[in-house]
Amino acid sequence: MAKKHHLSAVVNGEPVEFLCEARQSLLEVLRDVLHLTGAKEGCNNGNCGACTVLLDGLPVNSCLVLAVEADGCRITTVEGLADATHLHPLQQCFLEDAALQCGVCTPGFLVAAKALLDKNPNPSEQEIRFELANNLCRCTGYDKIVRAVQHAAARLREART
Amino acid sequence: MTASAKPAASSSAPQYKVLGTRPIRHDGTDKVTGRAIYAADLHLPGMAYGRVIRSPHAHARIRSIDFSAALALPGVLAVTSAADMPDLKNKFADLGEGRVNLAHLGANCLAQGKVLYRGHAVAAVAAVSPHVAEEAAKLVRIEYEPLPAVTWVLDAMKPNAPLLHDDVFTESMGQLSDKPSNVSRHIHFEQGDVQRGFAQADVVIEREYRTASVHQGYIEPHACTALWNQDGHVTIWTATQGSFSCRQQVAELLELPVSRVTVVPCEIGGGFGGKIPIYLEPVAVLLSRKCGRPVKLTMTRSDVFEGTGPTPGSFVRVKLGATRDGKLVAGEAWLAYDAGAFPGGMIGPGCMCVFSCYEIPHARVDGYDVCLNKPKTAAYRAPGATQAAFACESVIDELAERLNIDPIEFRLKNAAKEGTRRVDGPVYPRIGLVEVLEAARASEHWNTPLAGPWRGRGVAAGYWFNIGLKSSASASVNADGTVTLVEGSTDIGGTRTSVAMQLAETLGIAAEDVRPQVADTDSVGYTDVTGGSRVTFATGLAAYQVGLDIRRQMAERAALLWECDPALVRFEDGVFRTDGRSITFKELAAKLHATGGPVVGRAAVDPEGPTHGFGAHIVDVEVDPDTGKVTILRYTAVQDAGKAVHPSYVEGQMQGGTVQGIGWALNEEYWFDDRGQMRNASFLDYRMPTALDVPMIETIIVEVPNPDHPYGVRGVGETPIVPPPAALANAIYRATGVRLRELPMSPPRVWAALAAAGKSS
Ligand code: FES
Ligand code: FES
Repeated sequence: MAKKHHLSAVVNGEPVEFLCEARQSLLEVLRDVLHLTGAKEGCNNGNCGACTVLLDGLPVNSCLVLAVEADGCRITTVEGLADATHLHPLQQCFLEDAALQCGVCTPGFLVAAKALLDKNPNPSEQEIRFELANNLCRCTGYDKIVRAVQHAAARLREART
Repeated sequence: MTASAKPAASSSAPQYKVLGTRPIRHDGTDKVTGRAIYAADLHLPGMAYGRVIRSPHAHARIRSIDFSAALALPGVLAVTSAADMPDLKNKFADLGEGRVNLAHLGANCLAQGKVLYRGHAVAAVAAVSPHVAEEAAKLVRIEYEPLPAVTWVLDAMKPNAPLLHDDVFTESMGQLSDKPSNVSRHIHFEQGDVQRGFAQADVVIEREYRTASVHQGYIEPHACTALWNQDGHVTIWTATQGSFSCRQQVAELLELPVSRVTVVPCEIGGGFGGKIPIYLEPVAVLLSRKCGRPVKLTMTRSDVFEGTGPTPGSFVRVKLGATRDGKLVAGEAWLAYDAGAFPGGMIGPGCMCVFSCYEIPHARVDGYDVCLNKPKTAAYRAPGATQAAFACESVIDELAERLNIDPIEFRLKNAAKEGTRRVDGPVYPRIGLVEVLEAARASEHWNTPLAGPWRGRGVAAGYWFNIGLKSSASASVNADGTVTLVEGSTDIGGTRTSVAMQLAETLGIAAEDVRPQVADTDSVGYTDVTGGSRVTFATGLAAYQVGLDIRRQMAERAALLWECDPALVRFEDGVFRTDGRSITFKELAAKLHATGGPVVGRAAVDPEGPTHGFGAHIVDVEVDPDTGKVTILRYTAVQDAGKAVHPSYVEGQMQGGTVQGIGWALNEEYWFDDRGQMRNASFLDYRMPTALDVPMIETIIVEVPNPDHPYGVRGVGETPIVPPPAALANAIYRATGVRLRELPMSPPRVWAALAAAGKSS
């Protein structure tokens, strides 16, 4: 068996160290080594977005990133969106607006939507659709997801003023 | 925006406190924080990882399987193949959907003697890590003798077609053919006198339609973990639409008593019918038995495409005749649906649904179930209805145009209603198609003119039966006045909440005061699959009866407190009353220990259904003549929900089903080469709609209460996938003057059709 690499990263604000094989993807390490199973595997080849996480603030398909590439990076997964007592406004709006059915795509959408709102606090419907086109949802038809993102954007803007 | 149409009889419509509101779903927080455990998320101590080895051929004889090199790899724990399965020749079982040939079911999980499609599971290995399992899988040497393959339904029906099974014969009118055939079944329905009917017609239109296989496309690949414990008990954690049907299928295949198998349903990442059959479960059980550890099996996305149920590819011919004043008088349909590799596809419902929206006095339907070299088809949302509606609703549109009648008006003139006899026999009770069509006609969308070149508006209706079947539930009253509900229906899209709301309504408490749990097969009574749009209807009915049971017991407790006859205790608005005295549900709940102990309500139901779901869709498109791309400008879905328990989730079902129907209509298809190999088994090449491909989906919920449910609930999940392909084909025609009769209406096909008509640039 190949020798394992010793890596360190900051995952959801906490410094972590872990061992991984060179061939393991970041998604695998998050799920199987760190037991953060919020990010999902829908395709393992970059086409569904269910595995989306933030790598140094930017959204990536974690199935397409080798874990060794994440050495020294800041990683945010869906588990890192809420604080101890409050859901993130995106999470809250997804619930209020019924933006999930089976929920398996939801972690990826939440993380991708967070990346979008971090750089654009007031996106148009078209911008939301464009930015979230990397994420597949088979249940909702996207309508309620787009509305929930608009809703969360408005709430975040309100909170800022 | 959503606009609920007025209920049919608004003055007498019952007033509800909980039904019709939009509480936050009970399992929501776990699903937005990543805490919910889906099947692939499960991690057990000592867990081994399996890998299934699949056929590279569409049709071949298996000469030999040699595991020696795989077993020599360090870290490999067990191997298995069909040799480890009991011999199930000629064993049949009733799995709730009619008799199933267990030999076929088993051979689909692990091939017996022959592989029948590319992706067919042949063998499996278990190892200490997924990567070792993957390496070991490559070391299993399987020798095949390739055979000719067939992947189009009409080709497979030809007498000289490659034969898949030597034990499948054509069953027609109770007779079996004398020679084996790929055609496993011929269905025939007839009413009236078709010849006489067509003789009365002033206009007759007959057309042929073809559809490609499409996949359910759930985002979560199949996954399960099985443990064969040292005491012989088997536990399976899995992504299934039906834990009890999974339990029964595994038990039958492995010849175990059902009591030796426990199925724990995990959260499930979409199913749409495709997670009713079992695939991985018996294989994981066999591997676990050999290595004495829990074994997890997961599919890759290409495994999902190549090894699990697509929906049938189909050929449908529809002929309809109408009088000059717009009355349908006769209809004839001929349908051939592929069943995939094993008999028993979706032809039955296809035949039942093809004319289900209309009153046609003289009609005949013939349907054929055909085996060919594709994965065994599985149900996909209103299975079989979409292909049939594509054909029928396209011909209806042509007839309306020929007769110069508005397409909604034409449908209204002929709409099925209470008393209409469907071609396969049943007579409809109170149904809501007329109200749905009227709401479509009154919609803002229909009344807003559409202008501009290459633009057009289409409309189509759709129907799905929706089923009843068996559900169990129980609930215990907590001292704080809340209720814990235990149900057996796996929750794919929010049914914990739609079921809990019906219990809350019955008990006069808030939706949030019910805590619903989906239990494993040892912890709740038998419950049929989450499918057939049945859970909110049937499990909701069970929850209602649980509520009545709790009310009865609580009334007895109140009577005990008041030392009166329980028959004198009334329950209104969450309060128990008798002359001059009252106590709220919550207050009484706090006194249960002092009045005889816990209160547990229970119910087991088996309502017949069907609950008859009708819908109508309106769509505006713009067609690009240079590329053939169809852009959807506006979409409205109208549907009768009976009673929309949680309107947001009803809208969600309508929107999600619609977008799946749009994908089916415009892009999705299995591409096979001439060796029967699927060439697009990834989400990149099998292109499902993204957020950028569709607009907002407007919804109009119509409520014509179902007389067979205390709250009037009808199933809603499946109907919305039925109208989109026909609605889009009709819209494309209005935009271009060209009728498309083959799915998908992808850009190359639309462009070619325009070019053939001299219309593309
Ligand atoms: S699992 Fe990474 S994009 Fe699908
Ligand atoms: S909610 Fe099921 S895939 Fe999006």
